[in-house]
Amino acid sequence: MTEKGPRQAPLLDLDSVSFSRAGRLIVDAVSLTVGAGEIVTLIGPNGCGKTTLVRLALGLEKPDRGRVTRLPGTVGYVPQKVTIDETMPLTVHRFLRLGAPGGRGACRAALAEVGAAALLESMMHSLSSGESRRVLLARALLRRPALLVLDEPTQGVDVGGQGDMYRLIRRLRDSHGCGVLLVSHDLHLVMKETDRVLCLNRHICCSGAPEAVSRDPEYLSMFGQAGADALAVYAHHHDHAHTLGGSVESSAGDDGR
Amino acid sequence: MSEILALPLAAGLLLAMFSGPLGAFVLWRRMAYFGDALAHAALLGVAAGLALGISLQAGIFIVAAGFAALVSFGQRQRRLATDTLLGILAHGTLAVGLLLVSLNHRSAIDLEQLLLGDVLSVTVRDLYFLLPATTLGLAALVGLWRPLLSLTVDQDIARMEGVRVGAVTAAFMTLMALMVALAVKIVGVLLITALLIIPAAAARHLSRSPEGLAIGASLAGMAAVVGGLLVAVRFSLPAGPAIVVVAVGLFVASLAVRR
Repeated sequence: MTEKGPRQAPLLDLDSVSFSRAGRLIVDAVSLTVGAGEIVTLIGPNGCGKTTLVRLALGLEKPDRGRVTRLPGTVGYVPQKVTIDETMPLTVHRFLRLGAPGGRGACRAALAEVGAAALLESMMHSLSSGESRRVLLARALLRRPALLVLDEPTQGVDVGGQGDMYRLIRRLRDSHGCGVLLVSHDLHLVMKETDRVLCLNRHICCSGAPEAVSRDPEYLSMFGQAGADALAVYAHHHDHAHTLGGSVESSAGDDGR
Repeated sequence: MSEILALPLAAGLLLAMFSGPLGAFVLWRRMAYFGDALAHAALLGVAAGLALGISLQAGIFIVAAGFAALVSFGQRQRRLATDTLLGILAHGTLAVGLLLVSLNHRSAIDLEQLLLGDVLSVTVRDLYFLLPATTLGLAALVGLWRPLLSLTVDQDIARMEGVRVGAVTAAFMTLMALMVALAVKIVGVLLITALLIIPAAAARHLSRSPEGLAIGASLAGMAAVVGGLLVAVRFSLPAGPAIVVVAVGLFVASLAVRR
C-alpha cells in the first residue's frame, strides 16, 4: 500500500466558497481540504450552513463564488436521512443494489462491515434511524469510495449508538484508507474520532486538531460550557487510548470480499 | 356481446398495462395531484388538436408534455408551493381548454365524452395507434426503471451515483403525458388519475418489491377494465366510471387480504 503523505493533493478542496439563498449569505468564503485517510469534521450550531456546505462539496449545489475541486474517484454520500415513501416495498438488499452493481454476496459483505448483516432482507421503512444510517453507509461503501461524506451520521441515534457510529467511521477510514468529511453537532463524541475539526458558523471560525480547537476562544464562545465539557471528555479518553496518531493502517486483505 | 367488447377490452387492457407501473411511481413520488393537473391540461390539448388540425391524442400529448415542463420550471423557481402552482396551472389550462372547445362550434366534440371517456366507441384505427404507443411506452419505462427508481428513493444519492436526474425525470414526465393522451378516450379527463392511483394502491399491500407492485398494478388495472366493461355493457352504464368503481372494489379487497 502506498504511503499516505500528509501533503498529497487533497481529495476535496474548497477554495473560499460562498453561497447565498434568497439573498441570505449561508456560506461565507469557506476553505477546507480533505486528504486521503483523513477525517475532517464540521461542527457548528443548527443553521450554521453545515448541510449547505456539504452539498456544495458534493457538487449538489453550485457555489456563487469560489471553487470546489474533487479528485477523480468515487464519492460516497451518506445523507441525514432518506425518506422512502412507505408505499414502496423495498428490501435493504434491493436498496443496496440500486446504487452499485454487485450481487447478494457483496451486499452481505458491505452490511457485515457496518455491523448490519442481519438487515439484508428487512424492509427499508421498518429500519430505525441508526439501522438506516448503517445501510446508507453500506451503500456508499459498495461503490468503494475514495471520499466518504456523512451528514449528521448520528442524528436520531441513541447516545450509546452514537459512539459506535463514530468508531465505525474511523474503522472504515482505517480499512479503506478513504478520506472522510463529516458533519456533526455531537461535540464530545466527534472530538475523539476525528483528525481535524472545523467550526462553522457561516464562515470557518476556527479549525485545527481537536485539542487545539477545543481551547480556541472562538470555539468556547460558540459552544460555551458544552464545549468545555467536550474537552474534558476528550482529554480523558485520549489519556487512555493511543489510536489518534493519524497513521493509516491499510490492511492487506481487501476487507474480506 | 363478445364482439362489441373485443375492441374496448383490447384498448382498456393495453392502457391498464401501461398505466400500472406509471401509477406505482405516482404513488411513491406522491404525484397524485400532479397526475390530476396533467389530466386537466389534456382538455387544452384537445382544443389545440382541433385548432391545429392534428389528432386529438397528438394535441393532448404536446400540451401535457409542455405542461409538465412548465411545472418543473415553476418548481425550480421556488416562488410558489407546488400544490398552489399546480392548482393555478391545472385549472387555468382546464378553463382555457373548455372555452376553446366550446368556441369551436364546427367540431362535433362532445364534452361529456371528453370528461368521462367513451371506451365503447374505440375503433380499430385507435388500436393501431394504441398498441405501438403502449408497447413503446412500457419498453421505455423498463429501460428507465433502475435510474428512475433510484432517484425516486433519493434524488441526491442518485445524482452522486451518476444518475442524470434531469433527463430521467423529463423522460418520465413524457411517459406520463403519453399515458394521459392515450387515456382520455378511454376513461376521460376526470378519471385518469384514478386509473393511475387506484390499481397501484390495490397492489401495494400484496407486493414485496417495487417490480412486484408495478406488475400487480398492471394486473389490478387490467382486472378492473375487464370487470368494468362487463358491468357497463350488462347494465348500459358509462364504461369509465364502471372501470374505476371496480378498481376501487379491488383496492378495498386488497385491504382485507393484507397481512
